[in-house]
Amino acid sequence: MHKCNVLVVGGGLAGLQAAIDAKEAGMDVIVISKLHPIRSHSGAAQGGVNASLANNPAGKDDNAERHAFDTIKGSDYLADQDAVEIMTAAAPGLIYQLEHWGCPFSRSEDGRIAQRPFGGAGFPRTCFGADKTGHYILQTLYEQVVKNNIQILSEWMVVSLIVDEGVCHGVVALDMQTGRLETIEAQAIIMATGGGGRMYGRSSNAFTSTGLGMALAYWAGAPLKDMEFVQFHPTTIIGKNILMTEGCRGEGGHLVNKNKERFMQKYAPSKMELAPRDIVSRSIQTEINEGRGFSDPVSGGFVHLDIRHLGSAKIKERLPGVRDICLDFLGLDPIDEPIPIQPGQHYTMGGIDTNKDAATEVKGLYAAGECACVSVHGANRLGGNSLLETLVFGRRAGQSAAKYVAGLSDRIFTKNTLADAHKRQEFRLNKLCRQSGTKNPYQIRDELNLTLDDKVGIYRTEADMKKALTKVKKLKQQFEKIKPAGTDTRLNYNLIWILELEGNLDVAEVLVKGALARQESRGSHSRLDFTKRDDGNWLKHTIGKSSKEGAVLSYRPAKITKYQPQERKY
Amino acid sequence: MATFHIFRFDPTKDKTIRFDRFEVPDKKGLTVLDGLYYILENLDGSLAFRSSCRAGVCGSCAMHINGQYRLSCTTSVKPLGKNVTIRPLAHLPVLKDLVVDLTNFFRHYEKIKPYLITNDQPPKKEFIQQPAQRKKIESLIDCILCGACYGSCPVAAGEPNYLGPHALLKAARFIFDSRDTNDRERINLINHNLGVFRCHTIFNCQQVCPKKIDPSEAIARMKMKTVWSKLRGFFGS
Ligand SMILES: Cc1cc2nc3c(=O)[nH]c(=O)nc-3n(C[C@H](O)[C@H](O)[C@H](O)COP(=O)(O)OP(=O)(O)OC[C@H]3O[C@@H](n4cnc5c(N)ncnc54)[C@H](O)[C@@H]3O)c2cc1C
Ligand code: FES
Repeated sequence: MHKCNVLVVGGGLAGLQAAIDAKEAGMDVIVISKLHPIRSHSGAAQGGVNASLANNPAGKDDNAERHAFDTIKGSDYLADQDAVEIMTAAAPGLIYQLEHWGCPFSRSEDGRIAQRPFGGAGFPRTCFGADKTGHYILQTLYEQVVKNNIQILSEWMVVSLIVDEGVCHGVVALDMQTGRLETIEAQAIIMATGGGGRMYGRSSNAFTSTGLGMALAYWAGAPLKDMEFVQFHPTTIIGKNILMTEGCRGEGGHLVNKNKERFMQKYAPSKMELAPRDIVSRSIQTEINEGRGFSDPVSGGFVHLDIRHLGSAKIKERLPGVRDICLDFLGLDPIDEPIPIQPGQHYTMGGIDTNKDAATEVKGLYAAGECACVSVHGANRLGGNSLLETLVFGRRAGQSAAKYVAGLSDRIFTKNTLADAHKRQEFRLNKLCRQSGTKNPYQIRDELNLTLDDKVGIYRTEADMKKALTKVKKLKQQFEKIKPAGTDTRLNYNLIWILELEGNLDVAEVLVKGALARQESRGSHSRLDFTKRDDGNWLKHTIGKSSKEGAVLSYRPAKITKYQPQERKY
Repeated sequence: MATFHIFRFDPTKDKTIRFDRFEVPDKKGLTVLDGLYYILENLDGSLAFRSSCRAGVCGSCAMHINGQYRLSCTTSVKPLGKNVTIRPLAHLPVLKDLVVDLTNFFRHYEKIKPYLITNDQPPKKEFIQQPAQRKKIESLIDCILCGACYGSCPVAAGEPNYLGPHALLKAARFIFDSRDTNDRERINLINHNLGVFRCHTIFNCQQVCPKKIDPSEAIARMKMKTVWSKLRGFFGS
């Protein structure tokens, strides 16, 4: 059995940053991850990370306060303003630290970190490394993990958190390579399991970005917050829905409908293509719905992202990854042809409910990164703010967990707690491997994907969401009767996908319930039957708690410091 | 229909390897990874293979496909013809089917001290690095550690302790970074017969790299640099 002070679940940016900081605080740290850390989805981030360095001449008046304001306005005022202020103030320091650790940011002519404009920001504030920013930062943090000799349990999938009387004591995990269940005892646990995009079908996320991590915390008694807020990125390629970074538009790309109009003129005349994502996605969807888009028999409606006018040299220097994706998956070169794109699920604004120190309601359990909801993104995240969130709150999680552990006097549980938890998971796995069900798990997944794509997408109505909720409940029942995964648990990917599915179903239920209950339109949550934002009734977070009867919702007001809600115009 | 012939082996059960045959229906834009998922979900739930991003960036899915090491997620089935033959990465122990044990691969990576080392006190803000200086590391930093180069390297085949193109590329990424001040130690770490001088410039790595990186060129540059530093040492400068 493994034992440590601080156990970090997840090897993406949030997890690695948390591990480095907990280690720095003198803790004995283990990172446990179902993927080798280098394979984490953070590595797919393209466009960049925000910090008010004021390096770009056009951004010389930028500062943390303006960054905070843009973030809060972008969030449609649902973000907790105190948390946002913490994040934007910490941003420059964390970027400099990454740079000192060797992160290869792109440079401006004077040798400083280059910054590009991004959606919803008043200044060019987004630091980047070409269009591979996530890859560079992930490599850099992993290098520091190697340097600091932090232990990694790679390809271990956590299947349950061990909680006794409201305190978290460790996890039960499946060592995928041996197929054995293992118990890890820890005094503090930090969840950093990333987003749950794969509840949806059309998603820019990796196949491994599922709701399981959030579900683990939810099952352990930590509520989920604001799950109904799902970001749809305006520009994912048709077919595989791989992302075309906002950097394409930051560098000057246009969105064009089939009549060759730059339609953003109608929807956001001042910011045009660089309006926030919720607005651009809705605009594209409206063009498609009203017949001004193109259409593909399999992939559905789409419009064009045109970067041809940037010229070959700039595309190759600033957007080489985007070009490779177009060549590999669409067979076209964006230097010569416009890119067919449609909105796709991209980011989970909601997540495990934490306070600004990354602590959850369960003692000893922390969360950071996309799986968490502090909330700094509110109802709509600005591009470049989530890499930042992973760093800032990854660090805070590592530090808070260390502080908590340092303050513990003695162990407060009996050994039985661990052994019982282990036994329960053994029973569960045994059932999944041997039961006599007949339901195809992949069919359940496909139906869940389709339900969320169609009924809880960019535009929502009560009738659609009621159907979605009924469907999700039905799928949960069907899950009880799935065809078993096969008895050998070693590298059993069938079993792994079934475990992911179980998490997705429960988190999807919270998502749909929250969306159905919220009778207003705010940020990414856009209802055709309640088209206005309603600050009188809904300037509050949705808190979803697990119970025997499924998710139970309650609410908590959003924190306002100095920015009173105004109408959001761009 | 495309016919997939897939390497199967489970060292805990099987005495010998075998190839299983699966028919995968055509679909517009079908990739090899799509085909593997079709098989896992519809034909044989015991098939083991790694994947995550499905976009050629995470490095999980490198394998040997119709004679070449490539990423299964960025490889279209159509140009491969009717038959697709898939094996795991070579020179690494097979754990199951297409999943190999990468322990040794990452151990080599760790040996070259894969992190920036600077003697200088870092400045308050960023280190200044001119665009021309950054250009020197430009392609070296794009490695996703997928292992395609390692699998294709005949030297790695014969010598498991050879650092390998991936680790040497990582060393180059620091040696040619204007911010790293640790040249002497770095060169010692690669200047031996399991390091740069083991590379026989066979260029397989350059041909297979899905990120179009050229490790052999980086290794050649490092060989030059090691020779120079030896000469300088000899003349006592
Ligand atoms: C294509 C794309 C591009 C993006 N571009 C940008 C951008 O330019 N700027 C920006 O700010 N944001 C961007 N984002 C968002 C941003 O990349 C993510 O929000 C962020 O990287 C998430 O990091 P994370 O550490 O929280 O999670 P991840 O990087 O997803 O890591 C999750 C980790 O948890 C592990 N894990 C999960 N479940 C378990 C389990 N049960 N047991 C053990 N381990 C588990 C995984 O192995 C993985 O290591 C982008 C997102 C996508 C999809
Ligand atoms: S699945 Fe990530 S590189 Fe192929």
